[in-house]
Amino acid sequence: MQRLNQIFTKQSTYVPILAIILGLIVGAIVMWMGGFNPFEAYKAMLVKIFGTTYDFGEAIRQVTPLIFTGLSVAFAFRAGLFNIGAEGQFIMGMTAATWVGINTDLPWFIHLPLAVLAGGLAGAIWSGLAGWLKASRGINEVISTIMLNWIAYYFANFMVRVVMIEKGQNRSQDVLPSASASIDWLSALMDNARVHWGTVIALLCSGIFYYILWKTRQGYELRASGHNADAAFYAGINVKGSIVKAMMISGAFAGLGGAFEILGVFKSMAVMNAQPGYGFDGIAVSLLGGNNPFGIVFGAILFGFLSYGSQGMNFELEVPNEIIRIVIGSVIFFVASHGIVKWFLKPFFKKRREEKKGAA
Amino acid sequence: MEQRPIVAELKGITKRFPGIVANDNISLQLRKGEIHALLGENGAGKSTLMNILFGLYQPDEGHIEINGSPVVIDGAGKAIELRIGMVHQHFKLVKPFTVAENIILGNEPTKGATIDIKSANERVKQISEQYGLKVDPRVKIEDITVGMQQRVEILKTLYRGADILIFDEPTAVLTVQEIEELIVILRNLAREGKSIILITHKLKEIMEIADTCTVIRRGKVIGSVSVKESNERQLAEMMVGRSVSFQVDKQKSKPGKPVLEVKDLVVPGEHGKPVVDHVTFDIRAGEVFGIAGVDGNGQTQLIEAITGMRKASGGSVKVLGKELLGTSVRTVTEAGVSHIPEDRHKHGLVLDFSVSENMVLNNYYKEPFTHKGLLNYKAMDENAKKLAEQFDVRMSGIHTEARSLSGGNQQKAIIARELTRDPELIIAVQPTRGLDVGAIEFVHKQLIEARNAGKAVLLVSFELEELYGLSDRLAVIYEGRFMGQMEADEKNEEQIGLMMAGNAMGAAAGHTG
Ligand SMILES: Nc1ncnc2c1ncn2[C@@H]1O[C@H](COP(=O)(O)OP(=O)(O)OP(=O)(O)O)[C@@H](O)[C@H]1O
Ligand SMILES: [Mg+2]
Repeated sequence: MQRLNQIFTKQSTYVPILAIILGLIVGAIVMWMGGFNPFEAYKAMLVKIFGTTYDFGEAIRQVTPLIFTGLSVAFAFRAGLFNIGAEGQFIMGMTAATWVGINTDLPWFIHLPLAVLAGGLAGAIWSGLAGWLKASRGINEVISTIMLNWIAYYFANFMVRVVMIEKGQNRSQDVLPSASASIDWLSALMDNARVHWGTVIALLCSGIFYYILWKTRQGYELRASGHNADAAFYAGINVKGSIVKAMMISGAFAGLGGAFEILGVFKSMAVMNAQPGYGFDGIAVSLLGGNNPFGIVFGAILFGFLSYGSQGMNFELEVPNEIIRIVIGSVIFFVASHGIVKWFLKPFFKKRREEKKGAA
Repeated sequence: MEQRPIVAELKGITKRFPGIVANDNISLQLRKGEIHALLGENGAGKSTLMNILFGLYQPDEGHIEINGSPVVIDGAGKAIELRIGMVHQHFKLVKPFTVAENIILGNEPTKGATIDIKSANERVKQISEQYGLKVDPRVKIEDITVGMQQRVEILKTLYRGADILIFDEPTAVLTVQEIEELIVILRNLAREGKSIILITHKLKEIMEIADTCTVIRRGKVIGSVSVKESNERQLAEMMVGRSVSFQVDKQKSKPGKPVLEVKDLVVPGEHGKPVVDHVTFDIRAGEVFGIAGVDGNGQTQLIEAITGMRKASGGSVKVLGKELLGTSVRTVTEAGVSHIPEDRHKHGLVLDFSVSENMVLNNYYKEPFTHKGLLNYKAMDENAKKLAEQFDVRMSGIHTEARSLSGGNQQKAIIARELTRDPELIIAVQPTRGLDVGAIEFVHKQLIEARNAGKAVLLVSFELEELYGLSDRLAVIYEGRFMGQMEADEKNEEQIGLMMAGNAMGAAAGHTG
């Protein structure tokens, strides 16, 4: 009992875990109401993720871009900005990486880094635009990034259809092998699962996120501007410059994610029928991770695994996609709303307090 | 007096925060119809205790009795149910709503499915008249003064039926005039049988209206005294544990070279009329220059223009001969200007930063705090420890968020930071707002020491005594213009009063002389 209490007093550990469980329970109820066996469904999900090395590799592939976009949204948020545009920055990253991947013939150790950097830079410029609009004209970044998402989307489709098209196909030409980010030997070990270096870079980026914000002078300025722009201004910090910088770093994360999605996974860029949604999922991931760079890695794993594993529920039990989305949504809902979880816990706390009183 | 019934009793309240005991076995009795002052040093635990009574914190030990029966107050809702109301130092009003709408918020009278705003207006008006609050229920919050907003907060608690009213430093944000009006209101409330707990650092106010005063030091009750049988000196001693000097000792100034030269400074206002209108003055090394005036006459804009935080449309601001108008805040800081800002929460601190990070808010980029672009937390921590010790900033530790410091300790942290940067010019706006008498004495000494060491000090204050005590020269500002400047020792209080009301110096002299 004592030990149990100890484990459960540290709120930061039990709240997210409990939130996930609560979310899964609500998901289970929804599935049960829809006439599906929730236990079977969750089993199918676990099997889908951990059943084979191929699936496991693919689940990791699913997680990787979410780390990038999650970091992107969170970085901006730490600097007091709402970057709804990780989506567009991701798309710009894909487009730039594809273009460099197709068009330059270089040895791989130059070509690949160049293509990756092009992606990151494209994302940075795209978000920097929104940052500049806010700093110089006071235009709300939520609105400008949403608009920029659409511009990026149509621009990318234009580039694929007109400039980079593979004849007779609805996609671009393939990027040259020298620009591939696949980890071929690991991929071979995992039944050709599309594992790539992007995952490693994503983890590195979460470290860079931490390093920039909490170890550098820049980071101090960004955080000060984010928490209290008036005080930052009083302190002589260039708040407008901070806005642009924060947006650019944020966009670079998303752009890198886009680059790796092409160079590591698809090897060509398809014409999109809708915005692909990586950036929007990134908002959920940053929420899940509490805007903490390491929390985001876990958030991305949770989100990525849930969405990958749900394909298992879909195939095996024919649970419709809508219900799967409800399951994922309710997990996120509970994780994001700490308050509700604590409210659920309140009766337990009260009891404990009363016990303590009784003993005294 | 003694036979009045006890309406609220705190019994053995203890509240701990990590690393600090904020309330240590505190007991307190509040009687019906009395005004009970709570006095204590910054960080003594007054706000914490009142937050417990209002249900915002739970005590670790002890309990509360209301009208003789034990209660558990586990939220503001419960407190309101028990007829307890609190007027916080920072108001919680919805700006675009009217007075009445704010007051009924969360407790709206309905007529069918719609809010019965008419009867709300009437009810608000009636309460307002009963206690002499003189608030018009139909005006919007954003259009009324801070003093009026506070009355709306008072009305809100009364509307919800509060019999026990808690005021946490209500006079800290008010002008002299507004304080006098508030005192009348508090008297009316007590006469109508309301019981009032009043936190204030101003001993005069306690002497003027409180019946009882409970003194807290470092979380413990030192004693409760009947105010009639006490005096300011005794209260101050009880609170600080030593005798406090209310006078500022200082020799006549020996002014040196000019440090700040302001010439024909004009700051445009929103409605075309300038808010700072051709202001000219200079401050020499070793001199304190005070600016008197009623709040809202351009003081804020004048200071912001000098510190580079606001654009001016004309004139010149020179520090040690260097023109600073039109440059950046950073340039002004680098020129040797430090600034204790008027609004500590808006400008002075990043509340979510640790105390240690806040202590380097405007020199974080300098060695040793930044080394080759990287932050040096060890140096920051050492700096914070040193400053906290030197200025007696009390807190649970330098790594706690600035948010968790008591109001007065937040102010002390800012003062510590600004005075120890070795500035040439110290701009201090309301530097002692929210400080206890001991801390005020200390800060005044520090300012005078800085002046004796050859710094120039620009002081803006609404406390005339503070201005008179510290300043070597004085100016009075009215509607953005200087009504006149004078040496402090030839000041004439009556004349200054007239100037604050808009009479120019010569004209004022004509009236009085
Ligand atoms: N949430 C908190 N977490 C940690 N420490 C806290 C918290 N709230 C208050 N404290 C600490 O408790 C002590 C008492 O604070 P409190 O605000 O009650 O002081 P106070 O008497 O109101 O002082 P002041 O006159 O400066 O307003 C302070 O040392 C403060 O740092
Ligand atoms: Mg307080």
